Amino acid sequence: MSPMRRRLLFGVPLAVAVAGGAGFYTILRRMKNDQYDPHALPSPLIGKRPPVFTLPGAAGGSGFSNTDLLAPPKPMLVNWFASWCAPCQEEAAMLQKLAGSGITIWGIAYEDQPADLTAYLQKYGNPYTRIATDQSGLTAINWGVYGVPETYFIDKTGIVRLRYAGALTDEVVKTQLMPLFEQYS
Amino acid sequence: MIPELGHFCLAMAVAIACAQGVVGIAGPTLRDPRALAAAPLLTLMHFSAILLSFLALVWAGVVSDFTVENIADFSSAQTPLLYRITGVWGNHDGSILLWCLILSLCGAAVALGGRRLPASLRSRVLGVLGLVSCGFLLFTLAVSDPFTRIWPPPLDGAGMNPILQDPGLAFHPPVLYTGYVGFSVAFAFAIAALIEGRIDAAWGRWVRPWALLSWCFLTAGITLGSWWSYYTLGWGGFWFWDPVENAALLPWLTGTALLHCAIVVEKRESLKAWTVLLAIATFSLSLSGTFLVRSGILNSVHSFAAAPDQGLFILVLLALTIGGSLLLFAMRAPVLAATGIYAPISRESALILNNIFLCAIAAVVFTGTLYPPFADLLFGIQLSVGAPFFNQTVLPLTGPIILAMGVGPLLRWKRADLLPVLQRLWLAGAVAVLVFIILTATKHVIAALGLAGGAWVVFSALTDLAERIRLFRVPLSQAFGRLFTLPRAFIGAALGHIGFGVSVIGIAAMTLAVQKVIVLKPGQSTTLGGYSWTLKDIHDAPGPNYSQRVADVAVSDNGHVFMTLHPSRRFFTAQHVITSDAAIRTNGFQDIYIDFADEEDGGAELRLNRHPGAPEIWFGGLIMALGGFCSLSDRRLRVGAPFRKRLPGGATV
Repeated sequence: MSPMRRRLLFGVPLAVAVAGGAGFYTILRRMKNDQYDPHALPSPLIGKRPPVFTLPGAAGGSGFSNTDLLAPPKPMLVNWFASWCAPCQEEAAMLQKLAGSGITIWGIAYEDQPADLTAYLQKYGNPYTRIATDQSGLTAINWGVYGVPETYFIDKTGIVRLRYAGALTDEVVKTQLMPLFEQYS
Repeated sequence: MIPELGHFCLAMAVAIACAQGVVGIAGPTLRDPRALAAAPLLTLMHFSAILLSFLALVWAGVVSDFTVENIADFSSAQTPLLYRITGVWGNHDGSILLWCLILSLCGAAVALGGRRLPASLRSRVLGVLGLVSCGFLLFTLAVSDPFTRIWPPPLDGAGMNPILQDPGLAFHPPVLYTGYVGFSVAFAFAIAALIEGRIDAAWGRWVRPWALLSWCFLTAGITLGSWWSYYTLGWGGFWFWDPVENAALLPWLTGTALLHCAIVVEKRESLKAWTVLLAIATFSLSLSGTFLVRSGILNSVHSFAAAPDQGLFILVLLALTIGGSLLLFAMRAPVLAATGIYAPISRESALILNNIFLCAIAAVVFTGTLYPPFADLLFGIQLSVGAPFFNQTVLPLTGPIILAMGVGPLLRWKRADLLPVLQRLWLAGAVAVLVFIILTATKHVIAALGLAGGAWVVFSALTDLAERIRLFRVPLSQAFGRLFTLPRAFIGAALGHIGFGVSVIGIAAMTLAVQKVIVLKPGQSTTLGGYSWTLKDIHDAPGPNYSQRVADVAVSDNGHVFMTLHPSRRFFTAQHVITSDAAIRTNGFQDIYIDFADEEDGGAELRLNRHPGAPEIWFGGLIMALGGFCSLSDRRLRVGAPFRKRLPGGATV
């Protein structure tokens, strides 16, 4: 092998490192401009309408289907929860507060038994205008639900604008939800 | 006052490191003995300056000086003394100072311990280390200054993250960092040799002990970290394929490959280019591992809060270090031609096989770790790569390594025959097959494969050792006497392989672990894994800076209670954090592991675990590290010249 070809061959690691470095530089730039957040749990639903589903009601609430979410009169939240989930219990007070301030919240109970659900709502309060129950968990898969609780913000045209995985906190409500309600109402 | 002195020492260290870099690299071309003698002196000054700076920070921690932001944020008046000290490196800025301290310590070790090296090579090695250190000290000083003051000081600090208040944290980061940073010496040797344009057997002999030393620390550090997460996080897992863990595993994989192929350079003057590349790659991976994780690019549970502008500074440093060294490597390509030749079946080929598979594993882990951010950048898809990917890709690649590990050490250099070697290993093969058959029949195929593989590695290394000491051929006392005449490097290698086998056995046995999550009221019991577990009582107990609820759980076998464990839930009032302190009892071959997860309506939610083989995972890691240290004590490395020695029995080594 001629020295020049050998140099080119041995330059391959350098080329790989340069490409990697350029990639990292771009990623860092995008992180700085808030275009990329490695800690965000991405949702395929953002900017789309929820997938087709029809779920029965539970605990006295009437069920609903995707067509009911097509054009809500004002922006609203869909909250996935379950009576067996501890963070949901912690979140209940926050949801009550939101419902009290006039925000419409619909609930979907994930893999839950009707009796447990009724007991849960009696104990922790019922912030939901309508409640559906997804006993098989299939709708949750179609929504891309990562775990409960999970909250989706839906605007007046029925398009999902935000997905928040985990219990809503004061900070999340202040920094993420409220700006959306202002923007889309 | 003391923190200002620390800050001043840090600034001084930057200047000295810069001088060390320039004088060290340019010195040998001046042909002036004073220039050659300057580099070691500057290195020692550089080390002293950073040591003083580090001690100043520790001092601020010990006396709880809350005017220092670092101390105010991560310590408090109630924090026990041990954690006031270890807390200094339990946060971002402090841990980088520790990193720099260890880097300068490596330099000092070369300056003091490298007296046998040619003066020009030593000067250049120290120069490279000085330049690297200079860059990272600048980073510390400019964007991650641990001595930043706040005024007025808070009355009390925010306190340390309760999870980090553990003796494991006292030792894990320094040991792991020594492992990471230690590879800087192998890196500096590679760069110095590239500058000089000469790489030969002597170079292989000089670089290997340094690589081995840092490998030992890295192995021990990873083992400690894995053990710490096992017993503090309460998940009962020992490896999560988290980006930070992968960042430590990558240099370990390439470092292990480096150890093995440096032998080939030393003995046969082959694989020179590859060895140099591995030395560069290992340190580059150590650097990227330590710093990219902190830039926030990778989504990890080990979250150090870091700002993107720090990330940019780091990226520039990495580009200069890694890019510069790879550029030099490409330019010097023609001088790196191999001289030794060997047959396809030989010790050299076995070592190449080892390298190929280790690097393949490293490539897979590297790809899996970096794929999420790059997939988002290049294709706009958002995804996460988790344990299922790594388990499915890494485990099949370890299979061939395990098979080759048994055979490789018995092959001869240059040209060897496979058949006689396999015949010598009949016992190891028989044990492995037996283990496999028994376990496939009774338990599980995956566990059977792993355990058989581990047994194969352990028994083939033992066979090699037994043959060398002529066990059962000469009287026992004489055979054990021969154990001490064997080269330590040989014993070290055998121990390293045995340790790996033991770890494999532990990991495979862990697949047979049984677990149960259950809510028990006092007096109730349940069965799991053949034992009966009874919750006796839940009660309060005092702690130094926390209050705790303790569950007493009795474990019995056929009605006979053989242990009582006390898992607890701790409430750290200062931080409003609850941690669970799992109770683990081991008998050396299995762990009984109970985690007190939650308390509700007078009942305790307990996670009961029976983990067969768990202790072996970390035993294996420690045996590996021990093997490395044993090999380091070899006479050959202390004397510094290759030698052949006749054994009492007449065999040559």
